[in-house]
Amino acid sequence: MKLTRRILMGAAAGSFLLSGTAAMAQTELTFWSWRQEDKAFYQDIIKKFQAKEPGITVKFETYAPENYQTILSTALAAGRGPDVIQVRAYGNLESIATPGYLLALDKQNVPELANFPEPALAAETLRSDGKVYAVPFAMQAQLVVYNKKIFKDNGLNPPKTWDELMALAKALKAKNINPFSNGTATAWQNETIVGGLLSSMLGKEFEADIVSGKANFTDPRFVNALAKLKDISQYFAPNFTGVDYPSSQQLFVAGRAAMFAGGSYEVANFKNQNPTLDLGVFPAPVLKEGDQALIATYYDGGYAVNAKTDKKDAALKFVRFLATPEYGTAFTNTLKNLSPIKGIKIEDSITQDVAKLAENSMSYLMLVRFRYQEPSGSVLLQSNVQKMLAGQQTPEQAAAEINKGIATYYKPFQK
Amino acid sequence: MQVSRQQPRTLKHRLWVAFLVVPPIVFMSLFVVYPILSAFAYAFYDWQGLARGEFVGLRNFKEVLFGATMAPVVWNAFLHNVYALIALMIIQNGGGFFLAWLLYKEPFGFRFHRVAIFVPVVLSTIIVGFLWKLFLNPNFGIINQALYSLGLDSWAKPWLGDSSTALGALILANAWHFVGFPALVYLAGMQRIPPDVIEAARLDGTNEWQLLKNIVWPLVAPSTTILFTLLFIGAFNWFEIPYVMVGLDGSPFGSTDVLGLVFYRTAFGNQSASVQNFGMGSALATLLFLFIVVFASMLTLWLRRREIQF
Repeated sequence: MKLTRRILMGAAAGSFLLSGTAAMAQTELTFWSWRQEDKAFYQDIIKKFQAKEPGITVKFETYAPENYQTILSTALAAGRGPDVIQVRAYGNLESIATPGYLLALDKQNVPELANFPEPALAAETLRSDGKVYAVPFAMQAQLVVYNKKIFKDNGLNPPKTWDELMALAKALKAKNINPFSNGTATAWQNETIVGGLLSSMLGKEFEADIVSGKANFTDPRFVNALAKLKDISQYFAPNFTGVDYPSSQQLFVAGRAAMFAGGSYEVANFKNQNPTLDLGVFPAPVLKEGDQALIATYYDGGYAVNAKTDKKDAALKFVRFLATPEYGTAFTNTLKNLSPIKGIKIEDSITQDVAKLAENSMSYLMLVRFRYQEPSGSVLLQSNVQKMLAGQQTPEQAAAEINKGIATYYKPFQK
Repeated sequence: MQVSRQQPRTLKHRLWVAFLVVPPIVFMSLFVVYPILSAFAYAFYDWQGLARGEFVGLRNFKEVLFGATMAPVVWNAFLHNVYALIALMIIQNGGGFFLAWLLYKEPFGFRFHRVAIFVPVVLSTIIVGFLWKLFLNPNFGIINQALYSLGLDSWAKPWLGDSSTALGALILANAWHFVGFPALVYLAGMQRIPPDVIEAARLDGTNEWQLLKNIVWPLVAPSTTILFTLLFIGAFNWFEIPYVMVGLDGSPFGSTDVLGLVFYRTAFGNQSASVQNFGMGSALATLLFLFIVVFASMLTLWLRRREIQF
């Protein structure tokens, strides 16, 4: 009798305790993103996180990419907004980090920052205070994607030098195959083309000289690279000045062009649209044998914590989870986008290739260094390269215009 | 509810008036007056994204009109708005006038044509933009295909990618989209002309051109007032067709840039190229608003003077 009573009382106390923790556990985080297409992946990740942290639930909400920044900054300005925020990088990060909307992250509150390479953290760092405001999520690269089948059918191998690329393009064109599917009608295409084709000719040293002010954009390395781009543009899509970005994607997806100079993020997209495509990637060709072949890399964005959240501990726990190699591996293998986290295991062979190429890379220059002020390096590069490729200005003029615009605010060029 | 003229100021009457007037006033203040005034106020501040910084007086306005970075872009775009206004005045309103005259004369099948001319006006601008973008595609668009099949290969062009044709292509697409509207308004105006006036002119032996120039055109002046004023406002607020067909940058290299695109890029940023500056965007919007109000009023007053009562 006594025993049963004790058991009953114990059970009652136990269930009281359990229900107590359950009630305490209801910390609900909201998590905003512009990646509607990745919803299934994030739901899955949230489940994995909840298995580890049964005390926290995460609500994932998405907004259209073109309105995301506006909706987010309006909410933050009103003192609201989500607890965990997917943010962009570089200049776009600054517009929401500068007013103090984001919580600064460091090795104390997010020890996992040690899992990231320096340039990835730099992308999510505010220049004015040197603090990191988000955990980076993806590295992107500008390079050349090629159709392996077309190359094989014509007995071609990925070119190493610029001369080889020119010869290869000429050979393809002679056989009535479009060498490149690229066009220039959409302004920002021009920047991706420069990154994909010219990085090796520009070189890391050029980037260092630009940063230090030892060289500017009228430098022969830049002008000559632009001249080479003008040269190769004869092998772009037919009527390329009128071919916009979606048309150039479609031309490549349909297997009607051998190469596409552009972002590594397109590989997964191309394969989704046409699973029969056999694709490969190669870095921008070098000027002469022995030079270092490079791709142009940058970081897409990161996961940040709202400075005004009253669930800081839970939000930090979630962000720390998004910084683990376990998360990076899932991200890379599911979304076929390269996570910058060290020690991830990559299944997909093209993503492996991109990761390997990324060991030799320079910055995607205008986005990484000159998209903080107007006229941004991107605006200048896009319109002036577009104009040059349309035959309305020379490489020298294009370089001079770009330089003039950046020099209006960039101190190292004003000497 | 009837209110007699003898006792117009009863409480009941006042309440009734208030009931009718207050909701629209509240609505207008909240959704029209307040946003305009706040945009005006925003233009005097420095902005960090959407966080308001310090008061900077007229600096944003100065940047927009005279700054080394912004002013060339703004004036280039302004010029394109002026081109669009002139071209659309001739093609869209002029074309509308002649189409209305043809319909007025009720040729065979005029009922069908009256509908056919108006149908594009009903379509969404987004649809019209995409449609024309497809038509103008340099490699598979029907315009170049048609030119190739006629053997006019040298006439085929990358229309939207060529800086000498891109703006013209946008203007034509816009005219195709909206020509039905002036046609319909002018047709209504023509049908209001007393038939005996036209008959008398005919009996006096006017030819078609004299009839149009001396009788019809002056008598549809009220329609002209409305159409010219609306087109003026539309041409300076032009945004949708350029946005859909050439994108936010006014591609290629600014040759199709208009003030609406500049405003959007400046105030909200262009994800793939630039950073946002809300203060400067507000300054541009304020200037554009004042410009349109002043000139549209002047235009209306001037056009009103030439209207004839009949």
